[in-house]
Amino acid sequence: MEFFRNPSIDFLGKKWYFLAFSLVFSVAGIFSMLFWHGIPYGVDFRGGTLVYVKFSHTPDDNALRASMDRAGLHDAKIQRYGQVSNNEVLIDLDVQETNEQALDRGKTQIINTLETNAPAGKLDLNNSSSLAIKNYLMDKDPMHLGSDADQKYTQQAQAIVDTRDKVQGGVLSSFDQLKGPVDPAAAASLPEGFFLSDFGVRNVDIVGPQVGAQLRKQALLATVYSLAGMLIYLGFRFEWIYGVAAVVTVFHDTLITVGFFSLTKTDISLTVIAAILTLIGYSNNDTIVVFDRIRENIKLMRREKLSEIVNRSINQTLSRTILTAGLTFLTVLALFLFGGEVLHGFSLALVIGILIGTYSSIAIAAPILVAYQDWRLDKGKRSGGAARSGQVVTR
Amino acid sequence: MNKNLLWKLVLSVGILLVFLFGIFGVPQSFSGQGLLTAMTNRIHLGLDLRGGTHLILQVQVNDAVTIDSDNAIEILKEQLNKRKIAFADISKPDPQNNPDRVVLKGVPPDGRKDLLDIVSERLPEYNLSSGADNTWTLAMKPQMLSDLKNKAVTQAIETIRNRIDSLGVSEPTIQEHGLGQYQILVQLPGVDDPGRVKDIMQSTAMLEIKQVLGGPFPSEQAALQDKGGILPADAILLPGHGAPGTSGGDQSWFLVSRVSAVRGKDLRDAQPSTDQNGQPNVRFELTGEGGQRFYSFTSAHVGESLGVVLDGKVQEVANIKEAIRDTGEISGGSMSQQQAKDLSMILRSGALPAGIKYLEERTVGPSLGSDSIRHGVNAAIIGMLAVLIFMLVYYRGAGINADIALILNLIILLGFMGYFEAVLTLPGIAGVILTVGMGVDSNVLIFERIREELRNGKTPPSAVDQGFSHAWITIVDTHVTTIVSAAILFIFGTGPVRGFATTLTFGLLANLFTAVFVSRLIFDWILSRKQRGEALSI
Repeated sequence: MEFFRNPSIDFLGKKWYFLAFSLVFSVAGIFSMLFWHGIPYGVDFRGGTLVYVKFSHTPDDNALRASMDRAGLHDAKIQRYGQVSNNEVLIDLDVQETNEQALDRGKTQIINTLETNAPAGKLDLNNSSSLAIKNYLMDKDPMHLGSDADQKYTQQAQAIVDTRDKVQGGVLSSFDQLKGPVDPAAAASLPEGFFLSDFGVRNVDIVGPQVGAQLRKQALLATVYSLAGMLIYLGFRFEWIYGVAAVVTVFHDTLITVGFFSLTKTDISLTVIAAILTLIGYSNNDTIVVFDRIRENIKLMRREKLSEIVNRSINQTLSRTILTAGLTFLTVLALFLFGGEVLHGFSLALVIGILIGTYSSIAIAAPILVAYQDWRLDKGKRSGGAARSGQVVTR
Repeated sequence: MNKNLLWKLVLSVGILLVFLFGIFGVPQSFSGQGLLTAMTNRIHLGLDLRGGTHLILQVQVNDAVTIDSDNAIEILKEQLNKRKIAFADISKPDPQNNPDRVVLKGVPPDGRKDLLDIVSERLPEYNLSSGADNTWTLAMKPQMLSDLKNKAVTQAIETIRNRIDSLGVSEPTIQEHGLGQYQILVQLPGVDDPGRVKDIMQSTAMLEIKQVLGGPFPSEQAALQDKGGILPADAILLPGHGAPGTSGGDQSWFLVSRVSAVRGKDLRDAQPSTDQNGQPNVRFELTGEGGQRFYSFTSAHVGESLGVVLDGKVQEVANIKEAIRDTGEISGGSMSQQQAKDLSMILRSGALPAGIKYLEERTVGPSLGSDSIRHGVNAAIIGMLAVLIFMLVYYRGAGINADIALILNLIILLGFMGYFEAVLTLPGIAGVILTVGMGVDSNVLIFERIREELRNGKTPPSAVDQGFSHAWITIVDTHVTTIVSAAILFIFGTGPVRGFATTLTFGLLANLFTAVFVSRLIFDWILSRKQRGEALSI
């Protein structure tokens, strides 16, 4: 099977279309970052409190919002998380409610608000730790155990928590659901001291302002160092103009990806930065494959014009470029579709990035080489020096 | 089969076995469940997959400096009095930002020599400089200051570790957090109750036993009124256990001595126990030096009260019944068994030399963790199958070759993780998937090149040879640049992101071996079995 046999597309001839396409997307992204949505920092970078809550029934967003308002959490953002049938909600508090004196105050407020109609004196089994449950069982001693009570009740408490978290997905809606894995006597003793709320907290992220600022700085530095690393390696392996072209290309990819996140207002988290750095690596791969071919062909075709060589090189590697991009895209798509909500931002960045990264090594990197060459020749002619064809970017 | 091929085959199988051992060790049984257990014993799951608590805290190093300079002030006062040198005032001008700076005013000019002597003999870690109007400034030597701060962090890590250990958490991570100043990273896998952990760590802050001079008072104002509006110079007002900020109205305040009788480091041991009435209490033992100090203190103050002060809050107040040398008991009126246990644990594991502040707190519920594993593994299997099937369809015979290389790549990647005790996180699983996608790139590069050479009329053996040697240069370049990105990610990232960088790096290293060496071996073997001129399935 073969998709391409000896393609000969004039890529360089279309460079103005490419430039227009890239400009539209870059400028749209920059505008969004500067004037519209800004850079949508996730909780990791801006600081704040994120509480992931799973309900046993379909939550009423308006009622939730109203109860948060009553509790004084006016800036709380409430959004559905994952598939609708999962009944999951993400409650997002700004950094103002996350001061470092009482880091978890926002979280406590949210949980208290959700638990407003709790029966007095009872604990919420859906939000109790295995330790709290064990302590309760130790106190009640429903199984009338002797010396090894501690160990036995630890096991029972673990079984209760496991049933809740691993079998029922985080929320128990009835004490009957504990039948089976939990000792009947232990299970029967629970309703006396516990009630079942209609929600369970699955995940909490609280980031103070100091860490947020620190992470922002680190992410920026990591990206800059990564680009500098490429520049140095490529400058050393090829010639400096190749390094510059590769770095400009990768910068273009990063800009468009971040711009896309800004346009769609998708939060940029730590893992998204990891994805962007991976992209930098991936997009570079692509660029290097083309550059390697150009270098090889320059030796073989000394008489050809550089633009001819570059076109030929892109065409020769086109089959590989498309195949690899397609296969990597396939895996990333699997991640995007099946990887779950936690990886959403990460896989989204990769899906966008692989498309852009593949496009840019053909549409941006190679034309930069040719444009540089033309500029050198032009300068050479004007200053009356001899035009050295092809040789400018050769070794 | 020729000799060259044979030893390459032996090498490949050997490497396969070595890495299989890295993944599974020697499993108890070869059933699916047995293999899974063997694997999770060697490859550790990250916090985001197994659930747990992640905290970043900052050590308030200035606390340690304040204690030291408070001590210096006491020494200075005592020595100046002893040598009968008058002084007008001794104070700290900027206790917030420069807690080590002490200003001494109004020392007569003839006291100069004595002052210099005092500092060089008793306070060698301080620099003394003179200013106008007989004013002297005492400041800690920069080297000493940074030593003291760093020691506060190391000590805090040590103390937190002791405390966490006594909670019985398996595989906790407690280490200095390299990304910030004086920060500590605490990761507790499987802990579903961060509240209790924080309680125990929160009360770790600073432990002192101080003399109680008055109280409890219902409010700060009441305490001030009781003392006629001015606090005695050697006393401070501290809140009682009903922590400030909570809505509870039963807030109480105590007047306690500024200087502590005993500090956390003077304690040797503390255990929960019961008194003769069966009431829970805490028995403690002091170190020799601490015991001596405590003896001279308690013998002078029998009948008076002592307060256990944690984190600037009076936890318990007890009467001094008799002079205590090195063992004593703390019994509060209504201490529960759990309180006695917690208090003794706090005493036992030593006190922090400085307070701590929480900067970041993340909790992953176990239900989310197991969901993540399911999603991650599903995505990995689907992505991988898609790639394997595509390669078979597109390259036919050579597709098998690529598929073998890919599977081997995964085995080596997981084996690496087993050997290096690397942590598998959710982004780490994503890294595995990405390795499949990017790993197959090497095969595609090589195969496309071979096809090209074949089209140009080369014989299969020479096309394979050319294909590998041309692609090799490109493969090295692409791998190096990606590993550079991954390495930077590893240096700057924490937790989940680090897990991603790890799998990506190991995956790419493994890929260099499988896509080039193993793949070549398979081609050579196929070619060795073919007649001259027979076509290659690619």
